Amino acid sequence: MTTASITVKESPLVLYALRRADDALILGHRVSEWCGHAPMLEEDMALANMGLDLIGQARELYTYAGKVEGVGHDEDKLAYLRDVRQYRNLLLVEQPNGDFARTIARQFFYAAFADPYWRAMMKSRDETLAAIAAKSEKESAYHLRHTSEWMIRLGDGTAESHRRAQTAIDDLWAFTGELFHADQSDAELIASGVAVDPETLRGVWMETVSNVLGVAALKRPASDWMQKGGRTGNHTEHLGHLLSELQSMQRTFPNATW
Amino acid sequence: MVTASTSQDIRQTAWNAAAQVVDPEIPVLTIADLGVLRDVTVTDDGVEVAITPTYSGCPAMNMIALEIELALAREGISNPKIRTVLSPAWTTDWMSEQGRQKLKEYGIAPPQAGGGRRALFGEQQVACPQCGSVNTEVLSEFGSTSCKALWRCKTCREPFDYFKCH
Repeated sequence: MTTASITVKESPLVLYALRRADDALILGHRVSEWCGHAPMLEEDMALANMGLDLIGQARELYTYAGKVEGVGHDEDKLAYLRDVRQYRNLLLVEQPNGDFARTIARQFFYAAFADPYWRAMMKSRDETLAAIAAKSEKESAYHLRHTSEWMIRLGDGTAESHRRAQTAIDDLWAFTGELFHADQSDAELIASGVAVDPETLRGVWMETVSNVLGVAALKRPASDWMQKGGRTGNHTEHLGHLLSELQSMQRTFPNATW
Repeated sequence: MVTASTSQDIRQTAWNAAAQVVDPEIPVLTIADLGVLRDVTVTDDGVEVAITPTYSGCPAMNMIALEIELALAREGISNPKIRTVLSPAWTTDWMSEQGRQKLKEYGIAPPQAGGGRRALFGEQQVACPQCGSVNTEVLSEFGSTSCKALWRCKTCREPFDYFKCH
């Protein structure tokens, strides 16, 4: 670890783009860890494809955050040269893959939010965010359908797949509340029509989740105690390990290219 | 100084050259067939080519941009600017009729025209590009590239790629 980290001046718009970029990068990286390990070839390709979509979204969002900040931080600098406490992603997306059921449950919780979120963001007053939303909306629709089908197959499958799917949902549930949080920095952007108030998406998210879990014969956890911290850089212990792998090349060989 | 008539000629030459560039993953389709090539403009600063990605993470975009530069260089146009535009978002509806026909002959079921979201969540009838039967089933939503899904024909038993409606 020889390269110094960059410091980002987090104006509300920079921070907003950075938070969404970090969500997409970290979740994309997590699903890419399945490449070559998925339960079957078709699923290996599906996970890699979803990872590719997410990393593509991250690239657009980082590029925009860097442009708005205006001090020459490009997508690579923002992804590779920030420390764990500077990452702004949801705690949900950094959770380890665990077994296949856990990976699918994590992706399903995220996609059930991302799909209506990007659709709503297509009306953002910020032209670039609206354009990124228009592309991401189509991709997240596929992710939602794919993961919904898997939730049902796993939940309504064998006793073992049901047990694993229910365990995954129970364990990840406390990380879903953060999807709907907005802070003071977001409030300004919500008021000016640049950002969507995530609270307004809670209803549709809950409806999607309840419907799919219902068909899957899985129980929706009753607890409403929710974990938070990712948006301000207070992460679970897992993110540091992920970043040490993701960033190792740039940290060890600064400015390496190929 | 670029005059109006030469600027028009350069634009046409640049467009024609860029329009010949093929998708590295689906070499029977040009970027004009796909609707990835959006615009060519000529200013005093040079030629600018606007392209749009099919999917956010499409890894072919870098290759396509490089191929456009090479194609323009062969026509004597140096240092073009390749600009990626995101809006309006690419849709399979932009694929030309000729492109759809070429896809089918190549063995890939073309996307249904005017499909969009309804086709994504409703009933789809995808015809097998080999035998034409609509007695087909989806094997996987995600195929060998971001833009394709994997299907199987239940009549001739051949698996095939389907270019996803988007």
